[in-house]
Amino acid sequence: MSSTPASSQKNIVGISKNGTLDYTKLEKLLGPLVLQKEDHVNAPAFVIRPDSVEEALTLLRDEAGFDHLSCVTAQEYEDRFESIYHLRKYDSPQHELGIVVPSPKNNPWNQSACSVFRTADWHEREAYDLVGINYEGHPDLRRILLPDTWQGHPLSLDYDQNKPQLITLQEHENPLRDTDEENTMFINIGPHHPATHGVLHLKTVLDGEHVVSVDPDIGYLHRCEEQMAQGLNYRYQIMPYPDRWDYASAGLLNEWAYARAAEDLVNIEVPEYAEIIRTMGAELCRICAHFLAVGTFALDIYGDFTAIFMYAMRDREIVQSILEDLTGQRMMFNYFRLGGVVWDLPEPRDEFLSKIQKFLDKIPAGIQEYSELMTTNEIFQLRCVGTGILPPDVARQYGVTGPVARGSGIDYDLRRDDPYGYYENLDWNVVTNDGCDIYSRFLVRLGEVEQSAKIIGQCISLLESWPEEDRIIQANVPRTIKPPADAEIYRAVEAAKGELGIYIRSDGTQQPARFKIRSPCFSNLSTLSEMATGGLVPDLIAALGSLDIVLGEVDR
Amino acid sequence: MTTDPRLNSKLREAFGSSPFILTKFDSFMDWVRGSSLFLLQFGIACCSIEMMHTFAVKHDLDRFGAGVPRASPRQADLIIVPGTIVSKFAPRMRRVYDQMPEPKFVVGMGSCTISGGPFHKGYNVVKGVEEILPVDIHVPGCPPRPEALVYGIVKLQERIINGQRSPVTVDPYELEKFGDLDTHELIEQLADQIAENDLVMRYNWSDSP
Repeated sequence: MSSTPASSQKNIVGISKNGTLDYTKLEKLLGPLVLQKEDHVNAPAFVIRPDSVEEALTLLRDEAGFDHLSCVTAQEYEDRFESIYHLRKYDSPQHELGIVVPSPKNNPWNQSACSVFRTADWHEREAYDLVGINYEGHPDLRRILLPDTWQGHPLSLDYDQNKPQLITLQEHENPLRDTDEENTMFINIGPHHPATHGVLHLKTVLDGEHVVSVDPDIGYLHRCEEQMAQGLNYRYQIMPYPDRWDYASAGLLNEWAYARAAEDLVNIEVPEYAEIIRTMGAELCRICAHFLAVGTFALDIYGDFTAIFMYAMRDREIVQSILEDLTGQRMMFNYFRLGGVVWDLPEPRDEFLSKIQKFLDKIPAGIQEYSELMTTNEIFQLRCVGTGILPPDVARQYGVTGPVARGSGIDYDLRRDDPYGYYENLDWNVVTNDGCDIYSRFLVRLGEVEQSAKIIGQCISLLESWPEEDRIIQANVPRTIKPPADAEIYRAVEAAKGELGIYIRSDGTQQPARFKIRSPCFSNLSTLSEMATGGLVPDLIAALGSLDIVLGEVDR
Repeated sequence: MTTDPRLNSKLREAFGSSPFILTKFDSFMDWVRGSSLFLLQFGIACCSIEMMHTFAVKHDLDRFGAGVPRASPRQADLIIVPGTIVSKFAPRMRRVYDQMPEPKFVVGMGSCTISGGPFHKGYNVVKGVEEILPVDIHVPGCPPRPEALVYGIVKLQERIINGQRSPVTVDPYELEKFGDLDTHELIEQLADQIAENDLVMRYNWSDSP
C-alpha cells in the first residue's frame, strides 16, 4: 500500500531533459493499456479500459512518480459513463495527467483504485453516490453524502428530483457490545456537537477510553453545490457560490479556484493590477480562515470560550471589516469576475491601504501573543505534542494537502509550485514542519499567517505606487461565455485548507455540463481514522480540530 | 429604623413607599424568560460563523441577556438555526429541538432557513426551516450581519416579555414510525432495509413551496 516519494526514486519514467512531462514516454510505459489519447485543457489524458485501472495507476505511481491522486470525477454522457482520475505529483504538481475510464451505459462499472491510492476510497464512494458508477473491488462501496435510503443518483441524467424520499433516524439501540470477542461501546459524536465544527457525525467505537474505530459520516450539509453550478452560467451566476464552499471567510480563495479554471478554459488574461488585488484579498482571507482555525482549535482543546477564541474573533473582525471595505460584504464577497475583479480599491485609497498596514503592523506582536498563550501552555503541549500522528507517506496516500500536509513535512503549496496570480513575483516562503503531529499543524498555520502578512505588505506597496492610468481591473471579456464543446479542464489553487480544484466540462452552452469540486477538507478528513484509531477520545477531538475542516466544503 | 441608603435606588423611588410589586405571575415569568435566554450552541453552515461573531467580542450578545451558549439542548431555551438544512440533517435537527424543554423559541437565521436561499433548487435541500420547526423570528440575509441577528433576538425578547407568542407553522415534515406510513411504491422498496419501529422523515419534494 505504501508509496515511495518520487524524489527518492532514481529513474522516473516520462520526464524529458528540460524537466517537463513527456507524454509519449508515458504512453509507452502504459503500452497496450492506452486505448486513446484525449487532450484536456490542463493536460493530456489517456483513455483506458475499465478493468485495467489498477494496473495503469500502479504503473504510473511506481514508475512515473504520480503519487498524488487529486480527484476522481464521475459523469454521465448521453452514450456512456466516465470516471476521470486526475493525477499529479507532490514534488512537481505541474506534472499532471488524466486517466479516463469510460464504461457502458447499461452497466456502469470500473475497477476501483483503492488499492493504489487510499484516497480513492472516499472519492469513489462519492462518485457512486452522486453519479451511480459501481467500483469493482472497492472495500466499502456505500453512499457517502446522501443517506443510505436515498433513491436514485442525483447527478445522473435521468434523475427525477420530485420523487419523494425517506430518511431514517434510528434510536434506542444498545450501544454496548459485550461479547467474548469484544467489550466495546458505540458512541455517536455529532451531528450536533460543539467539537465537530458544524454538522459532522463520527461513528466511534470505544474500548474504555481508547478509540477502536472511527467512521466519519458526512453529508449533513450536502447543499448540491455541483448541481447548482451546472445550472448557472459561467459569466456571472456561478461566482457567488464558491463563497459558500469554505465559508470560514475564505471566500476569495474559493472564488479564485473557479476563476482560474474558467479563465484557463476560455483563455482570459487577467490584468496585472487585478492580479495584485486578487492576491492581496486572497491572503487576507487566508489570515481570516487561519484565525478561525486557531480560535476554534483552542475552543476544542480548552473546552471553553477562552481568551484565545475571543482574541481570534477580535482579529477576524478587523480583517472582515477590511474585506467589507474592499468587496461590500463581510463573508460572501462575490468580488472576483472572470478576467479580473468587480471594482477597484475603495476611495480614499490611502486610507484603505493604511488601514491594512495598521493591521499588518500588529501581526507580529499578535502572533507572539497567540504563541505564548498556546505553545507555552502545559495542557496544550500535553494534548498536542506527539498526538494525532500523520506520517508523510500516509498523508500522500490519502491525498492530503494544505497546512495538514505541510505539518507532515510535505513541501507542497500550489501558490509556489503551480504559480498563479502574483505570487511568483513576491518574496515569501512555504511554511513546513516535520513534526507530523497536531502541534506542528498548529505551528504551520501560525507561520502561514505571518507569510500571508508578508505577501499583503508587498501588495500594498505595489498598489500604492501603481500609476493611475494603468489601473485596469478587468480584461475585456464578452458578455456571454461559451467554451468550445467538450473542452475539459482541471485546475486547482491553494485555498486555506489545501488544494481546491475545479473540473469543468463544457458542452458548448453557457452552462457547464459537469462541474466537479475537489475539496481539500474532504480528503483531509478521510485521514481522521488513521490519526485517531488506537488513541484516546480526547486526542480524537484534538486531531479533528487540527484538521480544520469546514463542513460546507467537505459536503459541498 | 433607618434604611440602608444603598437600598434607596431609583427603582425604589419609582415604586414609592411600598417595597412590593404587584404583577401577574405570567407576566413576571415572561419577563424572566425574555431577560435571560439560554441559547443552544448549534452551528450548521455559513451563518454559524456570523453567529459566533455575535457571541464574541465587539457584538457581545450577552449585553442583551441572551448570550450564554449551552452545548446541550436540554439546557437551552432558544435555538438559532444558522444555515441550510438538508434532508439528512432535518430529522436530527427535529430531534435536537424535541430535546429542548418548554417553553422554547426558534430564530431562523439567513435565507436558507426562509426558503432554502441560494440552494433552493437543490435536490437535497429542505425549503426552509418552517418545514421542520415552528419559527418565531426570521432574520434575512446571506448571511445576516451580527447586528441583524442581535436585532432579531432583541425583537424575540420583546415579544416574549409582552407575552406574544405566535410561532409560524406550516404543515411540517414529521418524524413517523416506518410501520405507520401508508403503503407507497417507495415504502415497499425500502421495506427490507428499515425496521417497522425506526423513525423516518418522508419528503414529498413536489409539495414543497
